[in-house]
Amino acid sequence: MKTLDKLHQHGAGGVKAPSGATSPLSVSGLSVAYQKKPVLRDVTFEVNEGELIGVIGPNGAGKSTMMKAALGLIPSISGEVLVYGKPCSEQRRLIGYVPQRESVDWDFPTNALDVVLMGTYGRLGWIRRPGAKEKAEAMECLRKVGMADYADRQISQLSGGQQQRVFLARALVQNAKLYFMDEPFAGVDAATEKAIITLLQELKKNGKTVIVVHHDLATVQQYFDSVLLLNVELKGFGPTSRVFTQDMLQHTYGGRLAFLDHTIAAGATEAHGGVSL
Amino acid sequence: MSDFWILLTGSLVAACCGIVGVFLVLRKMAMIGDAISHSVMPGIVIAFLLSGSRDSMLMMSAALLFGLITTFLIGLMQRTGIQSDASIGVVFTALFAIGVILVSLFARQVHLDQDAILYGEIAFVHWNIWELGGVNMGPKAVWLLGFTLVVIIAVISLFYKQFKLASFDPALAAAVGIPVAFFHYLLMGLVSMATVSSFESVGAILVVGLLIIPPSTAYLLTDRLGVMLGLSVAVGVAGTFLGYGASVLLDASIAGCMVVAVAVLFAAAFLFSPSQGLVVTKLRQRRLAAQAAIASVQKQ
Amino acid sequence: MNNFFAMLGDPNMRWIFLGCMLLGLSSGVIGSFSYLRKQSLVGDTLAHAALPGICIAFMLTGVKSIGVFLVGAAAAGFLATFGISFITRHTKLKQDAALGIVLSSFFGLGIVLLTFIQHGDYGNQAGLDKFLFGQAAAMVGGDVITMSVISAVLVGICSLLFKQFKLISFDPGFAKGLGYRVGLLEQLLMLLVVVAVVIGIQAVGVVLIAALLITPAVSARYWTNTLGIMVTLSGMIGALSGGLGAWISSSVSNLPTGPVTVLAATLFFAASVLLGPERGLLAKWLLRQKVKRSYHAEREVRIAEAMKGESVS
Repeated sequence: MKTLDKLHQHGAGGVKAPSGATSPLSVSGLSVAYQKKPVLRDVTFEVNEGELIGVIGPNGAGKSTMMKAALGLIPSISGEVLVYGKPCSEQRRLIGYVPQRESVDWDFPTNALDVVLMGTYGRLGWIRRPGAKEKAEAMECLRKVGMADYADRQISQLSGGQQQRVFLARALVQNAKLYFMDEPFAGVDAATEKAIITLLQELKKNGKTVIVVHHDLATVQQYFDSVLLLNVELKGFGPTSRVFTQDMLQHTYGGRLAFLDHTIAAGATEAHGGVSL
Repeated sequence: MSDFWILLTGSLVAACCGIVGVFLVLRKMAMIGDAISHSVMPGIVIAFLLSGSRDSMLMMSAALLFGLITTFLIGLMQRTGIQSDASIGVVFTALFAIGVILVSLFARQVHLDQDAILYGEIAFVHWNIWELGGVNMGPKAVWLLGFTLVVIIAVISLFYKQFKLASFDPALAAAVGIPVAFFHYLLMGLVSMATVSSFESVGAILVVGLLIIPPSTAYLLTDRLGVMLGLSVAVGVAGTFLGYGASVLLDASIAGCMVVAVAVLFAAAFLFSPSQGLVVTKLRQRRLAAQAAIASVQKQ
Repeated sequence: MNNFFAMLGDPNMRWIFLGCMLLGLSSGVIGSFSYLRKQSLVGDTLAHAALPGICIAFMLTGVKSIGVFLVGAAAAGFLATFGISFITRHTKLKQDAALGIVLSSFFGLGIVLLTFIQHGDYGNQAGLDKFLFGQAAAMVGGDVITMSVISAVLVGICSLLFKQFKLISFDPGFAKGLGYRVGLLEQLLMLLVVVAVVIGIQAVGVVLIAALLITPAVSARYWTNTLGIMVTLSGMIGALSGGLGAWISSSVSNLPTGPVTVLAATLFFAASVLLGPERGLLAKWLLRQKVKRSYHAEREVRIAEAMKGESVS
């Protein structure tokens, strides 16, 4: 037990144990194994409130797995996840989640407004149905993502970008404090990408914390305050300017990154003082 | 009078199966429905053997138990890395085999023969009357199916939003704290109930037709879940009437004719659905092409 | 054991026993490919769909022979596969619903036709309803020999075309690139499934023949990662199940062969699930414990190092 306590302190940076109570998300020693090999090993970090955090790493690095394990959707073999100082299961109302777009069947018989309304199900409890108030909120969220005109549209008739925006509206209506988004930028058009990033900025302005699994290295510096580099293990975590450097990326991706040299040239000029764990 | 009872029984079967079937089709679990309808068999036979009578409540509980065992076993096998198709195939054939063997060995005790398993006994439904204090209350099957239908409607409408979200996006459902596994088993329990109450009337195998075909037909006709539920029941009931009519004309199995009738309705929706029908989309494409051609001619 | 030898003493029963083993062998072999192509339930659908084909073939000819039934069932099976792909291609319905729709509507039609036959004056219809669950002991010499010969031919085809079937099961796109006629091979494999279903109908029945295609293959998968071994093992499990089914059902009166065969196969399956190396439950559990232990050990070491590092700084 003693060693575990020690580990927590070590994991949280070695000093700031009490601040865990207020951090939107504090993960310590999280490990997940599907078969023989761990897909996520001993990941420990703590995010600051009101930040946009990008989760970066190669394919199969465990980015989605980390998100799902943090949400308690898949079992972990060790570790603890605290959301505002309490276990995730007690804090569901504070958490918004945007799964990968491909994870659902868009032929489902429902329309855009209805999908957004699903975001209110969590707070409605077991029996209550969404009423006029929830509908108005959902419409408002659709408006925010520029999809109000499509409220009645069957979801299979929306483009990929529009479907993603519906998903975002659904997360908005959840009115959470901490958001998890799994590749919201994957396969969307330029207009949607812009709409999403504007929305993320707005969420941040309202003091929300947003954690985003992201693929496009070229836009990382522009979009995120902090970066979490992941490749089974945590390879680095901290402010983008310090962590998103060539060395750190090399460290995360292995030798596969030569072609990206120029995309991060701007940021790489700074001294590489990122916290390598 | 027997016509009335047969049609009522058939319609109740169609309603029970049509409602739960919608969620099976949407969750891509149609073949799990097939599996459950086969594997409640041993449950029913064991209940017969234990009680020595066709006690509906005992039958229902036994079938529920076997339905849930089936669901559990299939899930267990999938988790060990077996394809879902194969897991379904292994589980239901094994349980169905046990059922058939029990029937063969104890045929005399259970008053249930292999024909009943296959065809059901809807034609004799009005012979098996429920009497309460000497008063004729009507066929037992109707009461059983009515009870099941009430349970299904109550559960589905009470937890409509949970079933909907767990079907559409189980990840989000889990993330907002809906106990997805509980609702999975609840649905499978309802499917087992629908199957076992329909079993006596239409037989174990043809239940599948009523579980899957009407919801699939409704799926082709609408984009709204609520409407889909209503249409699914309507298609099933229409199939009951058409099928019964056909079976009287042809002197053939009523249950078989009912399934063929809903299959015909499916084919009609497949071809002529206003939004997605094959013929309709082909015609629309042709019309658009013709319009484009005319427009280009006019331009010249 | 005594009645086992008694059975072998009866020449007709000897043939039936041998025939059922061969049937199990061939369906186990073919089933392996269906399993790897993720089409286990297609076999189930084809088996149910064969019923109306067989009934129509019987109504047209009035003859109860495997040859005639093969033609009817093959035609129905072809229609059914066409129906499945037609539905999934032209609607938003997925494979599982398409299978369910085709399976139940064909079977419904089959039941209607079966009642026609029973109500009509088709003379020797008595045996036709035995087709649903199978009764090996009721088979006559000629049928048994046909069944055995065809089973042997099926196994022969599979071993001749092993390489091709392996490739289309694993990577049809690549097979196309190599110049194989993939479409044709897939149709052939489907045809083999239909043939296996039809020759198995009298012995195992329409309803449960699918188990002979699925269960041995899944069981074999637990023991090996090599296709050749898997196919052989699956064939052996199928053969043993077929033999056991024929033997037990012939020694207890009124016991249909199909369910007994299926249960025998299920026993092999249960043993495989528990004991299979790597994938078996027992092996999995042991492995998980080991991973957990080594993981925690590794962690202890790292923690110790971290503490050392801290005390130094």
